[in-house]
Amino acid sequence: MKAPKFSYTRATSVEHALELLDTHGDGGRILAGGQSLMPTLNMRLSQPDMLIDINGLDDLKGISLDGDTVCIGALTRHVEVMNSDIVAEHLPLIAEAMPYVAHVAIRNRGTIGGSVALADPAAEMPACILALGATLVVQGSAGKREIPVEEFFHGLFETARADNELLVEIRIPSQKGDKVSVFLELARRHGDFAIAGIAAYGSVSGDTVTDMRLVYFASEDKPTIGANASAALNGKNWSDETKEAVNTALESDLEPMANLHGSAAMKMHLQKVLTGRAMDTAVVRASGAGGAA
Amino acid sequence: MSEEMVTVNMTVNGENVTKTIPVRTHLVDFVRTELGFTGSHLGCEHGVCGACSVRVDGDVVRGCLMLAAQAEGSEVVTIEGISDSGEISDLQDKFVERNALQCGFCTPGMLMTAAELLAQKTEMSREDIREFMSGNYCRCTGYHAIVDAIESVNNSRLKG
Repeated sequence: MKAPKFSYTRATSVEHALELLDTHGDGGRILAGGQSLMPTLNMRLSQPDMLIDINGLDDLKGISLDGDTVCIGALTRHVEVMNSDIVAEHLPLIAEAMPYVAHVAIRNRGTIGGSVALADPAAEMPACILALGATLVVQGSAGKREIPVEEFFHGLFETARADNELLVEIRIPSQKGDKVSVFLELARRHGDFAIAGIAAYGSVSGDTVTDMRLVYFASEDKPTIGANASAALNGKNWSDETKEAVNTALESDLEPMANLHGSAAMKMHLQKVLTGRAMDTAVVRASGAGGAA
Repeated sequence: MSEEMVTVNMTVNGENVTKTIPVRTHLVDFVRTELGFTGSHLGCEHGVCGACSVRVDGDVVRGCLMLAAQAEGSEVVTIEGISDSGEISDLQDKFVERNALQCGFCTPGMLMTAAELLAQKTEMSREDIREFMSGNYCRCTGYHAIVDAIESVNNSRLKG
């Protein structure tokens, strides 16, 4: 189908974009990479009055290192994150997840900020930044504020960002060399929406797991920390016994939503399978050279 | 709501074009209906099938997921452009030789995406090719012949 009628303005600065958001209220919509917004327009699932195109805002683009923190501008495209040396060296979890983000033509346009701000429950980046304990910087006409990622995702397409605020930057602590990370997901076709997925980040010393944060996505209405599963895992040796305990604990962390890709029971099963695979991989990675890689 | 119009200026297949169009026109409708470059096809119109793939400022993108207004000042190349320039003539020959198309609807998008992959000029496995091409649907061939054609061209280009 064709998009409904709307007005369109190219924002010339962040302040201009915020002014437009204030003016248009609910009817204004930020157009970043457009790889999720445009389909909803073409299918007439959304009917904004005003599209505010922020693609010209170069201040919001780019990846830099600020001490131990990787700062990624919200308008940085997936392809730039994927090819970034800084990301490869300091955020191996995100580097591992990037090839799973849709397809090349989508990654050439889509932005990391768009993915995070949209909060699609099946998206990879929200889960990764939750596993890594990122901070989101949002800006409104009153100024900037920082939101810890643990408080950012509220539910299906809902976040702590107010309607008149713009996500401007994602600040992610560099992964520590003595920790490991693993990203896994299952999809019907490579690059399609995940049916189940996990992002894990923590330490494995010998066989003992500590500080492991297990984040699940695609099965819940938002990326979800498996708090009970992580608790059942940390301080233990990774063994069949631990695996069983973690799987049992996971049932109290997740309430999978059935959708076209699978029933709730199937998704729960798949998240358990992925947990086992992720920890098997984590142990191998921890024992090998290169730590976090 | 009345139809809001916008005047856009961009280069398409090497020629400078200026047109006044409804703001909601996406890039593929623009090149097809305003400029007559009908080689870019419109399949799903929501970013899944890849038939509308075009090149904007050097990168392959979904033409249905970008407004024409967003291509202001950009250099757009469609399948007509990369056909005429000869950039992919070896790939087109190989598609024919390997029967990598039947109905041909997906072919322009396949070629646009494969052109970006081949431009990497690196060794690649069949699995790499499948992964890269995973965003383009073909409902006829079963993909095997498409992978054959791309692999064969990559190998001969690398031999130089």
